Amino acid sequence: MRANLLNRARLLRCAIVPLLALPLAGCDWVVLNPAGDVARQQGDLVIVATLLMLLIVVPVMATVVLFAWRYRASNTQAKYDPDWNHSTQLELLIWAAPLMIIIALGAVTWVGTHLLDPYRAISRIDSQTPLVSNEKPFDVEVVSMDWKWLFIYPEQNIATVNELVVPAGRPLRFRLTSSTVMNTFYVPALAGMIYTMPGMETKLHAVFNSEGSFQGISAHYSGAGFSHMHFATRAVSDQQFAQWVASVKAGKNDGALTRDSYLQLDKPSIAEPVHHYTSVAPDLFNAVVDLCVQPGKICASQMAMLDAKGGVPKEAARLNVAALTYDKSGRATETPVLPGSVIAQTDRFVKAYCSDNRPMAAPSAETAPPKTLDRLRGAGINQASGPRISLAGPLLQPAS
Amino acid sequence: MSDATHSSAPLPDSIASASLAKLGKFWDLNEHDHPEGHSTMLGFWIYLMSDCLIFAMLFAAFGVLGGNYAAGPGPRELFELPLVALNTSMLLFSSITYGFAMLAMQRGSVSQTQMWLLVTAVFGAAFLSIELYEFANLIHEGATPQRSAFLSAFFTLVGTHGLHVTFGLVWLFTLVVQVSRKGLIQANKRRLMCLSLFWHFLDVVWIGVFTFVYLMGMLR
Amino acid sequence: MTAVPLPATAPPQWSPLLGRISLEQLPFLHEPIVAATFAGVVLGGIALVGALTYFRLWGYLWKEWFTSVDHKKIGIMYMILGLVMFMRGFADAIMMRLQQAIAFNGSEGYLNAHHYDQVFTAHGVIMIFFAAMPFVTGLMNYVVPLQIGARDVSFPFLNNFSFWMTTGGAVLVMASLFLGEFGQTGWLAFPPLSGRAYSPGVGVDYYIWSLQVAGVGTTLSGINLIATIIKMRAPGMTLMRMPVFTWTALCTNVLIVASFPVLTAVLVLLSLDRYVGTNFFTNDFGGSPMMYVNMIWIWGHPEVYILILPIFGVFSEVTSTFSGKRLFGYTSMVYATVVITILSYLVWLHHFFTMGSGASVNSFFGITTMIISIPTGAKLFNWLFTMYRGRIRFDLPMMWTVAFMLTFTIGGMTGVLLAVPPADFVLHNSLFLIAHFHNVIIGGVVFGVFAAINYWWPKAFGFKLNQFWGKVSFWCWVPGFWIAFTPLYIMGLMGVTRRTRVFDDPSLQPFFVVALLGAVLIAAGIGAMVLQYGVSIWKREELKDESGDPWHGRTLEWATSSPPPAYNFAFTPIVHDLDAWEDMKRAGVGRPLDGYRPIHMPSNTGAGVILAGISTVLGFGLIWHIWWLAGISFVGLIASAIIHTFNYKRDYHIPAEDVAAVEAQRTAQLERLGQTQGAAA
Repeated sequence: MRANLLNRARLLRCAIVPLLALPLAGCDWVVLNPAGDVARQQGDLVIVATLLMLLIVVPVMATVVLFAWRYRASNTQAKYDPDWNHSTQLELLIWAAPLMIIIALGAVTWVGTHLLDPYRAISRIDSQTPLVSNEKPFDVEVVSMDWKWLFIYPEQNIATVNELVVPAGRPLRFRLTSSTVMNTFYVPALAGMIYTMPGMETKLHAVFNSEGSFQGISAHYSGAGFSHMHFATRAVSDQQFAQWVASVKAGKNDGALTRDSYLQLDKPSIAEPVHHYTSVAPDLFNAVVDLCVQPGKICASQMAMLDAKGGVPKEAARLNVAALTYDKSGRATETPVLPGSVIAQTDRFVKAYCSDNRPMAAPSAETAPPKTLDRLRGAGINQASGPRISLAGPLLQPAS
Repeated sequence: MSDATHSSAPLPDSIASASLAKLGKFWDLNEHDHPEGHSTMLGFWIYLMSDCLIFAMLFAAFGVLGGNYAAGPGPRELFELPLVALNTSMLLFSSITYGFAMLAMQRGSVSQTQMWLLVTAVFGAAFLSIELYEFANLIHEGATPQRSAFLSAFFTLVGTHGLHVTFGLVWLFTLVVQVSRKGLIQANKRRLMCLSLFWHFLDVVWIGVFTFVYLMGMLR
Repeated sequence: MTAVPLPATAPPQWSPLLGRISLEQLPFLHEPIVAATFAGVVLGGIALVGALTYFRLWGYLWKEWFTSVDHKKIGIMYMILGLVMFMRGFADAIMMRLQQAIAFNGSEGYLNAHHYDQVFTAHGVIMIFFAAMPFVTGLMNYVVPLQIGARDVSFPFLNNFSFWMTTGGAVLVMASLFLGEFGQTGWLAFPPLSGRAYSPGVGVDYYIWSLQVAGVGTTLSGINLIATIIKMRAPGMTLMRMPVFTWTALCTNVLIVASFPVLTAVLVLLSLDRYVGTNFFTNDFGGSPMMYVNMIWIWGHPEVYILILPIFGVFSEVTSTFSGKRLFGYTSMVYATVVITILSYLVWLHHFFTMGSGASVNSFFGITTMIISIPTGAKLFNWLFTMYRGRIRFDLPMMWTVAFMLTFTIGGMTGVLLAVPPADFVLHNSLFLIAHFHNVIIGGVVFGVFAAINYWWPKAFGFKLNQFWGKVSFWCWVPGFWIAFTPLYIMGLMGVTRRTRVFDDPSLQPFFVVALLGAVLIAAGIGAMVLQYGVSIWKREELKDESGDPWHGRTLEWATSSPPPAYNFAFTPIVHDLDAWEDMKRAGVGRPLDGYRPIHMPSNTGAGVILAGISTVLGFGLIWHIWWLAGISFVGLIASAIIHTFNYKRDYHIPAEDVAAVEAQRTAQLERLGQTQGAAA
């Protein structure tokens, strides 16, 4: 039924969007007519839900106008019944009619929410093309900073700032975090929004169905530089992508993204131009999630492991404070480098409890793609397992 | 509750009985004032429930953050259950003695009421002193509220309760003075009842603190 | 390269005497826009103070208004506070519309980030806490005791204190305009952005303490009105004979008491993070910023219903009165209100579906949100069938009601749309969301407040409001709203997100220009509204209503004179029917004209002003880290509160002769109108 609704919605979109667009020619209705399959299904859901509600909203509004006109005081022809105030049938109707709509909408919501869960691996490229089985998703690691976006391409071992280039027609998997405050990663043409949060990892699965240039933005206010915090997004063919990777490595670039240059980059800046990095320090993204890019810091996952053991003896309580401080009293990159003696102590402490300050965080769980494609009734939906938001906190189990 | 100050006066004879019946159906011709403070207990009860919600949020915060020792010491390292048990007994005793104060109030004995109130205050002050001693010890050991989210939540929850007890003590002394000045008049009785609710409420909250923070903390 | 200066990260200088106050903290010294505003406010303030002094009004104001414990006067003061702050909030709104309409093609507009970010934060905070809340609290304060046939609220002193605490909060917000800065965090101040690392200045502290001071007032006023409604109803008024407005007021106050402590607690935790260095919402040391988002929305969603429920009550009263008909489906209306009250606690997570909670969690909160639309829909149908077979008089309150029914339906629909998580993923934080909540808050709360003002004004002042300027205001507001917010709905579907100060895509500019025009039209509507009040006061003799019942009302507030005497009713009414006053009118019963008794009333007191004043100073000291001031005012607050408890003489009796004199005037007034009189001596 839902598939039918969706098909109908698609037909209606063909009818409605141009209709709306007539007086608003040249508008880019990207939410209703996006380039990515995930965003498209979300946009379809917008239309389906709206149509379902219009079933009741239109009659109600029409009746308001009708009654307001018909029973105006000057119309003495209309029946006047000052004591009529109850009707069981009408009461049934006014509670049942919205209830029916909400039952229908609730069903659509339940299924749609599970199918379009950003943590769920996608199972199709578009409504006609199922995924080639076992196709590995294309990974991008995203860090929102004050006030720019860092994109790390683990397979290609490159990184960019404020420029996202991905191959079209391939399933994409984003791992996202933030280095300072909350942001929202949003490429309207690709998929819905997802928060990026410091010390945590969120996930987003999506696909671009056509090549082109799109806008990418931060959709969650994050401070003074927020309005300039957007990034150019391009979906390109596999071949163009390979050329682009080569050009990043060979063209004008900012060298390697080491932990040091990461910390430089992390300092607040506004309207940052595009950067290209030819290589990326190993495990950098995990270290960002774990708040331990800076040397001498204890990773949040190590901290969580100690917590899971019940904490440390109170004699050690004062020793590691500097090694744990991330941005509590100032931005991370401004935390003073520890004085030598403290570093020595901290090192001893870290060595006593952990091997080194390598992050130990396991990537957040993701949900398997739905088993069936044709009938979107939810029967083929796999349930999620494992922690959703990978907290650098007590929920986390250390990676084996 | 009836009002003592205004007894009903006879209606003027001049009002005709027929129209009087009609009027009397729609207007309360023989009404009594609402006695002073008729809503106070209800109002105070609602206030306590709102206060309870503040504690609920602090408990929730402790529930979320209670395991985040931030590579610092945990409850097993820090808490001294015998001390806390002693502290709990102080507060429980103070509730009992407040109950005695209320009984004395019902009997109308000003001096006994004041005496039991002061005994309650002694227990309350003992509770606060032990709590402050515990806090001072923790801070001395480096287990400050700034050290970890667990300790932040711990100090805030327990400290908020302690602040309530402190305010309860200030209120209690105020009432002792007011009772000695005005005696056990209706207004003072009402205030004593409100403080009684408040005091027992703090007792109940402490049972929650003792269970969830201390006992279950030791079991973590 | 950097077009915008980076914000200061170092905390401001501190001195023991002045705390963080320094010349740099006076924005009107270096920002021309603030300077002009400051000059205007100073001149206006001097003119106002001068006029009050010249006409020797201070003593009158202090005795008759500031220290008054009369629920009617406090209600009116709340409405005035709401109107003043509404103007301030609207000034912020039009500044944002202007900025967004011109900041294209590389232009930075006329507001820098520091200023713009304060403006949108202040707009949200002021409109919710200091405009909408005083409006609904004021209405409930004024109307509820009259509707239930009471002489005042349960705790009249507390009522006065609550009002002044709300005002104290508003004073702090206004102070931030000229001394220091307001928060630059958005109206809910999510950490870590609002933590001391990312917001080291005084802005967030202004936010925290203005809300804390005002929040105490709101919570106490909620407790007060619950106790009033439960304990002080006229004899015969069972719960199921309570007027719908009183029912919605009861539910609203239950919501207030059950949600504002949550806000208090979460702001306490945030302030501990900022002042003491605790780790509740920090990134490091095990804190959890997500906990803040959850906690504040556990307050935040019920808050929406706190605003809209009493307004639903207003529309119920207005529809029934102006249709000349008993309300359709009273019982289902009451149950709908109660269901909304309960459900409002089960939906908070729909404000952050995009945080990455599980699909099952998201669907749960999405579906509970949709379920709320069922009782809300039932209410709409009830109003509809109240109009059915009525004789609808389209006076201003009814015009606003019909405008509400049409506007709010759309807002409700887009709200349910946002409750579908995958749809929310693409619409969350977009201008579609902005359009949605303005659609329900303007189309619901604001229209409802205007309906209520036009409806109850004659009761409060004894004359009706001018129809012409009221209609001008109406016809500016309603189209103005749609012109201002339709472009936002459209841009939301084009992927444009909120709180953005400058834009790259020039094709968006026409939409923002149209939205600005809509805002200008709304400004005209506000101007017409102010004119309406002015003209009405000027021509009050022509607009006079002596009957006390100008709209042929149905509930008890219309049973007394306009304005009602201090004691509201010389004799307490006895209720036999839902529409108690309609019932009395049909029975042809008048007022008792003899046999008056002395009436027991609460005395005025200045304690509320003093305690709230000290609390405001305490807040100010804490904001600026002026520890000596904070310390002294804290001790002073406790001491004044204790001293106040030593005052046992808090009431008096209006002598029977005085009551008789007032009632004789009323009798003469009604005789002039040739109305039915009651049984006389």
